[in-house]
Amino acid sequence: MEFFRIRKDIPFMRHAVVFNVISLLTFLLAVFFLFSRGLHLSVEFTGGTLIEINYAQAANLEKVRESLGKAGYSDFSVQNFGSSQDVLIRLPLKAEQNTARIGESVMQALDAEAPGATLRRVEFVGPQVGRELAENGALALLLVVVGIVVYLAFRFEWRFSVSAIIANLHDVIIILGFFAFFQWEFSLSVLAAVLAVLGYSVNESVVVFDRVRETFRKVRGLTTPQVLDHAITSTISRTIITHGSTQMMVLSMLVFGGETLYYFSLALTIGICFGIYSSVLVASPLVMWLGVSREQFIRPKKQIEGANEDGAVV
Amino acid sequence: MNRYPLWKYVIVALALLFGLVYTLPNFFGESPAVQVSSAKATLKIDEKTRERVARVLQTAGIESNGIFLDSNGVKVRLQTTDSQLQAKDLLEKQFNPDAGDPQYVVALNLLSSSPRWLTSLHALPMYLGLDLRGGVHFLLQVDMKGALTKRLDSISGDLRSLLRDKTVRHAGITREGDRVVIRFRDNETRNKARVVLEDSQSDLLLVDQGEGDDLRLVATLKPEAIKRIQEFAIKQNMTTLNNRINELGVAEPVIAQQGADRIVVQLPGVQDTAKAKDILGRTATLEIRMVEETAGALEAAQAGQVPFGTELYVERGGMPLLVKKQVVLTGDRLTDAQPGFDNQTNEPAVHLTLDSAGARIFKDVTRDNVGKRMAIVLIEKGKGEVVTAPVIRAEIGGGRVQISGRMSTMEANDTALLLRAGSLAAPMEIIEERTIGPSLGADNIQKGFQSTMWGFAAIAVFMIAYYQLFGLVSVIALASNLLFLVALLSLLQATLTLPGIAAIALTLGMAIDANVLINERIREELRNGSSPQAAIHTGYERAFGTILDSNITTLIAGIALLIFGSGPVRGFAVVHCLGILTSLFSAVVVSRAMINLIYGRRRKVESLAIGQVWKPANVGAAEIK
Repeated sequence: MEFFRIRKDIPFMRHAVVFNVISLLTFLLAVFFLFSRGLHLSVEFTGGTLIEINYAQAANLEKVRESLGKAGYSDFSVQNFGSSQDVLIRLPLKAEQNTARIGESVMQALDAEAPGATLRRVEFVGPQVGRELAENGALALLLVVVGIVVYLAFRFEWRFSVSAIIANLHDVIIILGFFAFFQWEFSLSVLAAVLAVLGYSVNESVVVFDRVRETFRKVRGLTTPQVLDHAITSTISRTIITHGSTQMMVLSMLVFGGETLYYFSLALTIGICFGIYSSVLVASPLVMWLGVSREQFIRPKKQIEGANEDGAVV
Repeated sequence: MNRYPLWKYVIVALALLFGLVYTLPNFFGESPAVQVSSAKATLKIDEKTRERVARVLQTAGIESNGIFLDSNGVKVRLQTTDSQLQAKDLLEKQFNPDAGDPQYVVALNLLSSSPRWLTSLHALPMYLGLDLRGGVHFLLQVDMKGALTKRLDSISGDLRSLLRDKTVRHAGITREGDRVVIRFRDNETRNKARVVLEDSQSDLLLVDQGEGDDLRLVATLKPEAIKRIQEFAIKQNMTTLNNRINELGVAEPVIAQQGADRIVVQLPGVQDTAKAKDILGRTATLEIRMVEETAGALEAAQAGQVPFGTELYVERGGMPLLVKKQVVLTGDRLTDAQPGFDNQTNEPAVHLTLDSAGARIFKDVTRDNVGKRMAIVLIEKGKGEVVTAPVIRAEIGGGRVQISGRMSTMEANDTALLLRAGSLAAPMEIIEERTIGPSLGADNIQKGFQSTMWGFAAIAVFMIAYYQLFGLVSVIALASNLLFLVALLSLLQATLTLPGIAAIALTLGMAIDANVLINERIREELRNGSSPQAAIHTGYERAFGTILDSNITTLIAGIALLIFGSGPVRGFAVVHCLGILTSLFSAVVVSRAMINLIYGRRRKVESLAIGQVWKPANVGAAEIK
C-alpha cells in the first residue's frame, strides 16, 4: 500500500496567502466567540460543587430539579451525564453553606422526591483554588511557549521558532473558540489536552522545518518557495499517517473513554486537525515571509586564506 | 552496517526483561486483606503483634493466605471478602477491647496477589489514584493569620502572668491586630518590664511608644518566630488530622503538606464518606474562658445589652451563658482528652491533659476562682459554642483535669472527641473535596483500559497493513513502549489516575510517529535508488534527528504541565513525560535491534518487506516490493 503517489512537488506556497487568510478568519472567529460567549468553565475553575448520582432506571430530571428547589438550592443545573441513568448536578459556590455536608444534604433532598439514587462522586472546589488554577494554567502556557521558542531558535533559527509558535498558538485559540462556541465544558483535563496538543503540533512544524533545512543544504538552485514546497510534499505522507494514527487512539478515547475523557479527546481531535493545517500550511509561509534563505544554513567559508586553525592571521 | 554489537542486544533484552518483571504484578489483581496498625505513636507494631494476629485467627479457625509485617503494620491476606469481614470484626474485638479508647487501627485493605518473589523485588502493581479505586480527597487550607492571632492571644496571657509573677504593675495588656500592647503609667516600670520581657520572650520585638501618662510597650513577633509558628501550625494540624483519621480505620491514608499552608488528605477506599467528612470537616479551635457571674449581667445581656468584655453563648443544653472575652487557655495547651469515669463516684467523666505552661496557668486560675464556673468554648468557623461549663471545686495542679457530673457516657465520649478535635493549632477550611464512589472507580479503569486497547489495536492493524514487516516491528516496538511505561509507573509507584491512563493512550498514539518517520524515510531512500541495507541505515540515521527534535518539543510541554499542573493535570503530565522518554528508546533502539536481527545478518537482501514503494514513472526503475 502506498497512499501518496506524488510525482511533482505540490505548489503549496503559490496559495500561501489563501491558507493564511482562511486561518486568520478562523482565528478571528474564535476570538470573537471567546469574547462574546466566553468559556464554560468547569467547577475546578469557578469553584462550586459537582455531584454525580446514578439511578437503576432512567432518571427523572424534572423530579430531581423539583426536589433540589424544595430543599432551598438555587442556580443549580441538573443534566444527564453519559447515560440516562447518570445525573450530574452542579451547585454554585455559596458562602453560607456547610460544604462538608453538601453531598449528604443533596442526597437527603433527593430521597424525598426522587429516591433510589446512589452517590457516585462529589467534587467541591473552593474559590481560592480556581483562581490559582487559572493562573497556573496561564503560566504553564507561557513556559511552553518560551521553552519551544528558545529550543527551536537554538536548533534551527529564530524565523522558524517564531513562525512555529505563531501557527500553533493560533491552534490553541481555535480550540478555545470551539469550546466557547459550543459551550462545551472547559475543565482541567481539557487544559492538559490543549497544552499537549501545543507540544505535539509544534513537532509537526519541526518535521517540515527539518526537511527545509536539509533541502537548503543539499540542493542548490531552488528558490525558497520551491524548497518549502519540496519539504512539505516529501513529508506529507508521514504527516497524514502519523496524525491518522494518533487520531485513531484519540477516537478510541472519544468512543470508549466515557464522559470524563470526552471533552479531553474532543480538544485533542480539534487540535490534531487544525494542527496539521496550521503547522504545515501556516507556519511554512510565515517562515518564507520572515525571509528565510539558503545562506542561513550553510556555514560561511573562511574568508581569509592562510589563516591557521585558531583563526589568527599574521 | 546493520548489525548491533552484542552489548546493545543485551541491553535491549535486559530492558525488556525488566519491563516484563515490573509489569507482571499488575496482572495478578488484588485479594482481600485486613490490616492492623498502631493508633498511638507510643505503640510499636512488631513480630509479636504478628504472632498475636496469627494466634487470634487460628483459634477462630479463619484461614489466611499469609500474614506479613511491614512498615504500615501487620497485613493478613484472606481468601474471600466474607472471611475478610469476619477477620476484621474478630481482630477489632481482640485488639481493641475498649472501643472508646482504641489502641490499634483495624482496617480492610487490598493486597496484591502477586507471588512473593515479585514482591521481594519491589515489583508492585501500579498505585491507583482515588478516581480509579474510589475514596475521599480533601485539600485543606490552614488559616495562618488565625494561627498567628491565636499565638498572640496566648502570648498576651503569658505576658500578663509573667508581669504579675515579677510584680511589674501595668495598666492593661491588649492585642491590637498583630501586635500586643502593654500600657504603663511611668517610664521606670516600663523599663523594668522591658528587661523582664527581653529575658524570657525571645520571640518578641519590643518598641516604646506614647508619652506622658500613656506609655506603651508594643510587642510584635519576629519574622523567624512567625515562620516557626506557621511551620508548627501546619505540623500540629497534620498530627491532629492523623489522630482523627486513625479513628476512621483507613488502611492507607495520605496526609501530606502541599505548599506552605495546605494539607492534602486522601482516604482511599473509604465507603463511609459521611463520617470521614464529619470528622475532618470539623475545623474547630478550643478556648477556655471564665463565666461572667455578676448578678444581673446575664439578664441584661439577654435583653440585648451585653456587658463590655463579655459574650453571650448558648450551652450545649440550650442554657444561655455569659462568657468573658479574655482567653484563659487555648486548645494548643491541651495535649489529650479522653472519656472515662470518675474514680470515686464512678460517674462518666472527661480527662484532660495540659502541657506544662497550660498546667501552670490552669493552677493559677483555679486557685483564684474556686466556686466559679469556667467555660470550654469550641469555635467552629467563627461561631462559638460552649461545650461544657463546669464549676471549679478546688485548685487543680499538675495539668490533669477531670470534668464530670451531669453527663452520660455518650456525652463524655462526644465531649472528649470535640475537645481533641479542638486541639488544632490553626483553623482549617476544606477548599477542595472529591468523593469518588468505588463503582465509578472500577468504571473508570474499564473505560481507560478499553480506550487504550482499541486504539492500540487500530494502530496495529493499520501499521501492519501499510508497512508489512516493518509495520509489525513498529507495533512490537510500540508494545514494548507500553511495557516500559507500565513497568516504570509500577516501579516509581507514581499515582495512576484516569487522566494518566489517557496520557498512556495519547503517548502511544504520538509515539508511533517515530516509527512512521523511520519507515517513510526508508521508503524514500528506496525510492531514490538506495540498496535495502543502505536504506535501512540512512533511514534510521536521518530520522533520528527529527525524532529527537519533535520529542523534545513535546517534552517541553509535558514538563510545563508537570511544574504548574495540580491534581488531574499532574497525573497526566507524569505519565506523558515518562512516556516520551520510553518511546525514544523503544521506537529507535528496540525497533532497530529487531530490524538488525531480521536483515542485518543476511549477506544479500533483495528487498525489504516495508509495503509497496511507489516510484514516479519518469525515474524508470522497476517497483521494489
